[in-house]
Amino acid sequence: MTDMDETLPRTMVEPVEEDGEMVLNMGPHHPSTHGVIRLILRMDGEVIREAVPDIGYLHRGIEKVAEKAGWAGFMPYTDRVDYLGAMFVNHAYARVVERLLGIEVPPRAEYLRVLADELNRIASHLICLGSITMDLGAYTPFLHGIREREKINDLFEEWCGARLTYNYMRVGGVSFDLPAGLRPKILDFLDGFEVFIDEFNRLITWNEIFVKRCAGIGVIPPDLAVGYGLVGPNLRASGVDFDLRRDQPYAAYPDLEFEVPVGKGYAGRVGDTFDRFYVRILEMQQSARIIRQVLRRLPLGPILGKVPKKIKPEKGAEAHARIESARGDLFIYAMADGTENPWRLRVRTGSFNALSILGALAPGMMVADLVAFFASLDVIAPETDR
Amino acid sequence: MEVAAVLARVREAFPDAAVDADAEARDPYVQVVPRAVPEVLKFLRDGADLRYDFLMAVTGVDLLGLADPPVFRVLYHLYSYTHRHTLVVRADVPRDQPVLPSVASLYPTATWHEREAWDLLGIRFEGHPDPRRILLPEEWQGHPLRKDWVEGETALGYSTRRTTLMDLLRGAAGPAKGE
Repeated sequence: MTDMDETLPRTMVEPVEEDGEMVLNMGPHHPSTHGVIRLILRMDGEVIREAVPDIGYLHRGIEKVAEKAGWAGFMPYTDRVDYLGAMFVNHAYARVVERLLGIEVPPRAEYLRVLADELNRIASHLICLGSITMDLGAYTPFLHGIREREKINDLFEEWCGARLTYNYMRVGGVSFDLPAGLRPKILDFLDGFEVFIDEFNRLITWNEIFVKRCAGIGVIPPDLAVGYGLVGPNLRASGVDFDLRRDQPYAAYPDLEFEVPVGKGYAGRVGDTFDRFYVRILEMQQSARIIRQVLRRLPLGPILGKVPKKIKPEKGAEAHARIESARGDLFIYAMADGTENPWRLRVRTGSFNALSILGALAPGMMVADLVAFFASLDVIAPETDR
Repeated sequence: MEVAAVLARVREAFPDAAVDADAEARDPYVQVVPRAVPEVLKFLRDGADLRYDFLMAVTGVDLLGLADPPVFRVLYHLYSYTHRHTLVVRADVPRDQPVLPSVASLYPTATWHEREAWDLLGIRFEGHPDPRRILLPEEWQGHPLRKDWVEGETALGYSTRRTTLMDLLRGAAGPAKGE
């Protein structure tokens, strides 16, 4: 197998017969790779000896786009960074520009941002949980998840006109107030949703076959999780009790009460695939709790702060902002050169870091377990590639 | 620990390598010489009340036209889960010889971040375990986030130009009527 490393580019796949090992190409269109990601696996029978992720199929040069589109014009592009959690990227980008300009966001806008984030978090987690079960051969739970997510998409459509790429947030606030009549619909959805979680748990979470496929698989110890920069639910499933919403609070989160679920080895060991699955279920319950509080306390007032006509941060100004997205700590760094275009914008996403740990953990795993492990990392290809 | 105290400790430990620091900046930073980056990061990661255990991102910035002489600035955004504090370490490398030591052995996450900085900006990290492109295809030429990068007429055999509706209205492109 050494000759692959030496003579061929690592991404070229040559079947190698010595020692009975072979190189298997998983993806870029494999159903379990969720988008377009390719894994090059060196296999000994069913056991993986080496796994090399090959990414970039969905690279759209979003950082270069930012330099061309300008500070104000970049907001719609942020939706495309993560199509399952567009609100988070909106929010992170708005926050970095607000930090650069020192803009105050009115309280109502901060609450509406939290409301949008948490609804989006539920929608995103539903897809993640659904696709974990689907990758393990259970198709029905996925449809149940999609059905609930459709309801959230409908709510968003009524709220801001879009179902996926919302372009909802603005520098200094949000673009639309909560429409009259949406509040009872959200509450209706939550009433059904809490029943749904119970149903989902009975349908699949504690299903014996499912638990056996997930428990003890792909255990990520906390030091490795931190070293590889795992964030969000993946980090918390490994037992690291950290959530930006609680520990580096932003928006309206300081006023809201919620718990941060942490992996405890619910069915196997701390940091295994099942913990990553179950932590997301618990997170959705907390999101529902946050949404109820937001709807109860939503302050009155403007939804957009005082924003200059032209967004032009001073030359050399730089800032970073972080958001707890569905896939964890979303980091955006921006630097200005005094014009209407960013000099540099850097987006570092949760999926990018999550995928980088795959090569370290896959050796020794069976292919079928790799599918479960990979699904539980909740990697979204466009978010990895940007 | 207050960020000013952290910066004072870094300057005390590295009197020659830490050339600049600002605790009042929007993102407080310490500027170090490129070759000292690994030891400074190791100091920040392992120091008892520092414990910057999370490398949030490695970011390259092309300062062509903003700095004289032109440099690439490499930023290491650090965060500590233990103490909940943030710090930016930065280093400037000359644009004509953009090389600095890799920190992949300190922070495994840097492996991919440094590959990305190489891919998009052409900054080389010495001692990197896997110095390949990551997002762009292997046969790609150049580094698109450099400020002097010019998009070619074609890329990898595909045209990079698109006829827009405005071009058609102006008659600038497309076949003329009747031909």
